[in-house]
Amino acid sequence: MREPLIFDQGRPGRRAPSQAPAVAAGTDDLPAALLRRTPPPLPEVSELQVVRHFTRLSQLNFSIDTHFYPLGSCTMKYNPRAANKLAMLSGFLDRHPLEPEAHAQGFLECLFDLQDMLKAATGMSGVSLTPMAGAQGEFAGVAMIRAYHQARGDTARDQIIVPDAAHGTNPATATMCGCDVVEIPTGPDGDVDLAALRQVVGPRTAGIMLTNPSTLGVFERRIAEIAEVVHGAGGLLYYDGANLNAILGRTLPAAMGFDVVHINLHKTFSTPHGGGGPGAGIVAVNDRLEPFLPIPIVGRRDGAAGHEYRWLAEAERPRSIGRLSGFMGNAGILLRAYVYMRLLGAEGMRRVSGYATLNANYLMKRLAAAGFTPAFPQRRASHEFIISLKDVTRDTGVSAMDFAKALLDKGFHAPTTYFPMLVPECLLIEPTESEARQELDAFAQALIEIRDLAFKDAAEVKSAPRTMPVRRLDDVRAAKQLDLTWQSRADSPAVSPR
Amino acid sequence: MSNVPKQLQYTEEHEWVRREDDGTLVIGITDHAQQQLGELVYVELPEVGRILKTGDAMAVVESTKAASDVYAPLAGAVRAVNPALTAEPELVNTDPYGAGWLVRLQAADSQLSGLLDASAYTALLNAAD
Repeated sequence: MREPLIFDQGRPGRRAPSQAPAVAAGTDDLPAALLRRTPPPLPEVSELQVVRHFTRLSQLNFSIDTHFYPLGSCTMKYNPRAANKLAMLSGFLDRHPLEPEAHAQGFLECLFDLQDMLKAATGMSGVSLTPMAGAQGEFAGVAMIRAYHQARGDTARDQIIVPDAAHGTNPATATMCGCDVVEIPTGPDGDVDLAALRQVVGPRTAGIMLTNPSTLGVFERRIAEIAEVVHGAGGLLYYDGANLNAILGRTLPAAMGFDVVHINLHKTFSTPHGGGGPGAGIVAVNDRLEPFLPIPIVGRRDGAAGHEYRWLAEAERPRSIGRLSGFMGNAGILLRAYVYMRLLGAEGMRRVSGYATLNANYLMKRLAAAGFTPAFPQRRASHEFIISLKDVTRDTGVSAMDFAKALLDKGFHAPTTYFPMLVPECLLIEPTESEARQELDAFAQALIEIRDLAFKDAAEVKSAPRTMPVRRLDDVRAAKQLDLTWQSRADSPAVSPR
Repeated sequence: MSNVPKQLQYTEEHEWVRREDDGTLVIGITDHAQQQLGELVYVELPEVGRILKTGDAMAVVESTKAASDVYAPLAGAVRAVNPALTAEPELVNTDPYGAGWLVRLQAADSQLSGLLDASAYTALLNAAD
């Protein structure tokens, strides 16, 4: 089904006035030169047409509420309705960000408690909730590392070490923070090449950015040694929290030797995400970096009338790297994560990582038994794993991208494709803790059927998807000639009178 | 199977090098590299005159799948870059060893040291398969 643009569904003069203001805003006092002479080109549709259009658009969506969504590295888990409901309470939703602290004690208490829970989940001593997305959390983390070195007069440290399996955001962050990126290779077992690390560390090392478990879906086993090498050279360790879901309640970034961590609350702590936000990329640090945390932070004073919560900003935190947003992060996302953590408790969080890794390992074994090739068959998977379709591609011409498209027709969101690039024709599969075994079995069966079809009729697989509102998109043209602007026919230069 | 012309030299990072009659070196990425990347949407080239050390990131090739650095296979000064790639980056896909060349280098050293010949590069590709 293809849904026409709402502009193309109307008829001139059709109106749906029920949403219009009862009293029209006066324009009498505006200068005549500023008034438009023709009405704006708005859709002219009935109220029911509007309802149907947007309902149909919502039904075209793939989402965690409608489909299994094993998009590796994205942690598309169930978003509990309770978290949404409580974050939408009027006391939260209708507050003004500039209201006096005395009027916001409940909100501030939630954020203060969230800071404490995140300290417990990471083993760190300080937390700032202000970064508004993972990328901003990364930026804050590396900016703090630089501020730390500079505060010590150690100004030559301008290199950030990044393994070749890292998320692309890591080298981008280092560059944004004015550092040079030094890439180190991954060994055949998926662990960082320690000999290469030892060679590149030195007086210019500001730090290393690591994801553990890594993007290859395996736990970095020699993390303690890595920490020793980097700290020994005077650098700090940054933990990319992208894969925190695998270790929640099992081990702590602090225990692995990290100095700073960012966490995507929208992933691990389950708020709706994808499609560009909003997110929350909080940062947690140890004592070394605590003075540099971005502001504001929520503080607590114990007075005669009990706890009193307040913002700590420039006056109290003079060494901070500064502000990252107008107020403090995405309040609604922070509240959803707060509720999620309170619902689970410490024991529930351990079960999250337990089931997330169990589901990933079950699915990996099941696919391996069906003849698929795991990227690291000798290793236990973390919360996600990689299969390589290189052999199928060689024998049939059907690629990982073709599998991804064919999965859509079978009612599954595709896994992450072609990431990490180290593994050819790969699918990065993250089932999360939310799925039942039945769903995992159905997904494995779909992959088996697609592979069988690839050997029988490769062209059929390559023509997928057939049941989606659009077929294969021209992603090259979308990258080179991106055009997201709707123009009315009246405004379009092609038909306007000359 | 990808095309590996006999007369060129190669690197493990999937660049090719061709020595011209005037002694300059023309550099591009191999057929295998362009196949792995998929159709390119953007190519970033160095400034003419830039001095490169062996292994310096000298260009970026970007497809819808990934952005990859292209490394200087040898030290030298950038004499010219391929002007056609700004408007048509896909030339690297359609003609990687011809119209899709990236950089012309005045090498600091006349020896083409540390490069692979066609059979060694083919062996590298086969080993990876």
